[in-house]
Amino acid sequence: MEKEVINKEEFKKLTLRRAFDFLENSNGQKLVEKSLEVIENEDKILNAFISVNKNPEIGVPIGIKDNINVMDMETTCASKILKGYIAPYDATVVKKLKAAKFAIVGKTNLDEFAMGASTEYSAFGVTRNPHDTDRVAGGSSGGSAAAVASGEVIAALGSDTGGSIRQPAAFCGVVGFKPSYGLVSRYGLVAFASSLDQIGPITKTVEDSAILMNVIAGRDENDSTTVDRKIDFTQFIGKDMPKMKIAVPKQSFNEGVEDGIKEKMQEFIRFCESLGHNVDIVDIDEIKYSVATYYIIAPSEVSSNLSRFDGVKYGLRVSADGLRQMYEESRGIGFGDEVRRRILIGTFTLSAAYYDAYFEKAQKVRRKISMKLSEVFETHDFIVTPTSPITAFKVGSVSDPLVYYMMDIFTIPANLAGLPAISIPFGKVEHLPVGIQIMGPRFSDAKLLGFADNLERHLKGN
Amino acid sequence: MRRNTIMEKTNIYDRFKPVIGLEIHVQLNTKTKAFCDCSADVFELEPNTSICPVCTGQPGALPVPSLEMFELGVRLGLALNCEINKYSRFDRKNYFYPDLPKGYQITQFFFPLAEHGYLEVNGKKIRITRIHLEEDAGKLFHAGDSITESEHSLVDMNRCGIPLAEIVTEPDIESPEQARIFMEKLRSILRYLGVSTGDMEKGAMRCDANISVVDMLTGKQSNKVEVKNMNSFKFVEKALEYEYYRIIELMEKGEEVQRETRGWNLNTKTTVSMRSKEEAHDYRYFPEPDIPPVLLSEEFIDRIKSTLVELPDERLKRFVDEYKLNSNDAWVLVEDKEVGDFYEEVAKKVNEPKEVANWFLTELFRLYGEYGKDKIHVTTETFNEIIGLIKEGTISRNMAKEIFQEAALNGASPRKIVEERGLKQVDDVGLIEEIAKRVIESNPKQVETFKAGKEGLFGFFVGQVMKELKGKGNPKTVNEVLNRLLRG
Repeated sequence: MEKEVINKEEFKKLTLRRAFDFLENSNGQKLVEKSLEVIENEDKILNAFISVNKNPEIGVPIGIKDNINVMDMETTCASKILKGYIAPYDATVVKKLKAAKFAIVGKTNLDEFAMGASTEYSAFGVTRNPHDTDRVAGGSSGGSAAAVASGEVIAALGSDTGGSIRQPAAFCGVVGFKPSYGLVSRYGLVAFASSLDQIGPITKTVEDSAILMNVIAGRDENDSTTVDRKIDFTQFIGKDMPKMKIAVPKQSFNEGVEDGIKEKMQEFIRFCESLGHNVDIVDIDEIKYSVATYYIIAPSEVSSNLSRFDGVKYGLRVSADGLRQMYEESRGIGFGDEVRRRILIGTFTLSAAYYDAYFEKAQKVRRKISMKLSEVFETHDFIVTPTSPITAFKVGSVSDPLVYYMMDIFTIPANLAGLPAISIPFGKVEHLPVGIQIMGPRFSDAKLLGFADNLERHLKGN
Repeated sequence: MRRNTIMEKTNIYDRFKPVIGLEIHVQLNTKTKAFCDCSADVFELEPNTSICPVCTGQPGALPVPSLEMFELGVRLGLALNCEINKYSRFDRKNYFYPDLPKGYQITQFFFPLAEHGYLEVNGKKIRITRIHLEEDAGKLFHAGDSITESEHSLVDMNRCGIPLAEIVTEPDIESPEQARIFMEKLRSILRYLGVSTGDMEKGAMRCDANISVVDMLTGKQSNKVEVKNMNSFKFVEKALEYEYYRIIELMEKGEEVQRETRGWNLNTKTTVSMRSKEEAHDYRYFPEPDIPPVLLSEEFIDRIKSTLVELPDERLKRFVDEYKLNSNDAWVLVEDKEVGDFYEEVAKKVNEPKEVANWFLTELFRLYGEYGKDKIHVTTETFNEIIGLIKEGTISRNMAKEIFQEAALNGASPRKIVEERGLKQVDDVGLIEEIAKRVIESNPKQVETFKAGKEGLFGFFVGQVMKELKGKGNPKTVNEVLNRLLRG
């Protein structure tokens, strides 16, 4: 049983499971108060939150990425174009969280419309990494990852289109889980690339991710892409795992992957083998096409999904002389550079003259990558890679979009193929956290969480 | 005037052959909108009262397709002799306009619901290229004449997301008149199926047309022109006729016909250029990622097939065979399903299908036209009594028409009217003979002429007798009596 009083340092370490125990035995208002207190202290530097809810319902404090609608709160997507937009409805996941006694204490920062890997492309300032505030928290769910890592909230929701949950989790030393496509409703998530987007948890432990999944997952009649599968995501948590067959693509050691990360990867392989798991180095050459494929499919969908931000119905409208001018001014001023870049790419790749050469071809390669991964899963339980080829970089140090895009190389395949993938912390290189990504076949989410939980327990020595 | 300057209409179609294809949008009669639970019955509703996050394109909202839309779409596809595609998918058509809240329209571009059908118009098969499902856009209200000339415009999103079936024909239509008949026939089918009201005036059915003209003398074909804004059956014909002659005039002058979109202008009764094809949009179609492909099962399609009602063409054929009507008369009865149903009911009851058809085509439709359908109250019994009264010889046919009108307007029984007004026909041979003799006596000159061989005067005597009887004499008896007295 938890004691009734909790101090700030204790609160920062609180896991979901312990928080719910605490909630049963004491006044839940305490948790919310502590959360708001920590936010007050930490966020001046971290800037993990875009908006804070000073009077939430009593419950377990959670942060919601600011591209997920919480009724009557602002949803900005970290964009000037949506500043001031008050969501008229709750996202399905938010509705479920509220019903499960979660208290939404704030909306977390992100790269504008979730397009980016550093939260530097937010219209409301960069989010800083709690492990080194000169460095980025990763992205696009950088606010959620930093908020959990710093103990501002006990858990947070992020969204993952090409690694946006896993990469910031890796940078900030927390757990980030992207579920199989179709398990969690996207209703109320402002769409980036609909066929790739998936909401998922960012937590301090694997178990917490499983607990959150039990709350937010499930078929939703408001989202036709959700599937009807009843999964208990906690069923393997805390259990002994049988010996697994693990595939590590040799591409994990390619140039472009930092030496420190390569070493951690080798260490991870030895760690798995020490637990009796079997590790094979395999060649998944298709990985090299994943970034190019992604950067055609995602911008194509972006160019269409972001058309609704036109100054007519909500958000920023710049008065201008004529309809076309109003569109151009509102969107030109409202969207940041990275968003504009992707809209332009997508408008080009979908144009009638280039559709076959780009979009259609990318869809074919996407199927090919999926098939290759399925093939690997015929003989292996999991595929393991570094989550990111690098550790958290200094704010403002990466300016070449191509360098920036290549950071997603290991995380993108799971989105293209709709697979579950988790990033768990695995030590540090110097003072910076390293994340290892474990990917499983579609809908093997419970087993994947069980395996990750098992590794985590061994790492913590219990 | 225009046509006279060129040549007579009768041979102009031989020289200049119009090639016409239609694109028709039909609002489907579903309870909910296509992709959300909002009511689709929005006619004359307060603006923006049947809306939700989905149909107003709020950030994060997702479309969920309605099953009912597929049911109606498949019904329409089967009725138009189409093959139904079991793999049905939605796509996005991207363009910016204030009446389109998402910045794209959800439609079926790559895999239409139905393909390769036809509709027969006066014995000619007009091929249907495809039928696909899509969503309607909202309505704009401009402070000025148009969006570019207004200080502001308002948008009503009630119509956003109402399901539409778009029907595209091959360019098989050979005259503006045929285009109109096609549309009328299509409306009839829509109403028989119950898939749409088909009201063009209310925008429940909208028609765009493509027209080009082939000069049969030179074999040259003009460019294609698209015509829009034809919001009645009459205007479809008028606009295409106007366009046809405009194109011919250009061809005769040796001028190029521009590839463009033109709108029918109600006030000037002309078509006006809206935009050239060079300004055409690139809609950047791609598969709608928010809606997985829909697979229609054989059972689903069979179930809809089994519920298909008798269609106008089949009914027409049956009316001709069973009731011995000519096909023109039969079509008039068949076109409106309600009329057809009523006719059959009466024909069965009275057991005189031809006689009943005559009453419908002449008297009933005349009254509908003069007073409006809702003012006319007739039942099977009205027809039964009227036709019975004539057959018995109680009233004359002329009298019957008068009584029918009174019965129809007051919802009264014809027999009662006859009784109350003492309109019973005079069939008393004695009385008629007495009057006939008097008429013969007082018209000796006419009698003499008649007997000299001027047979035509017989009618004169009938008329005189009838006049004495105030029109109530039984014509058969009057004829018999006069025949006996004058010829016998």
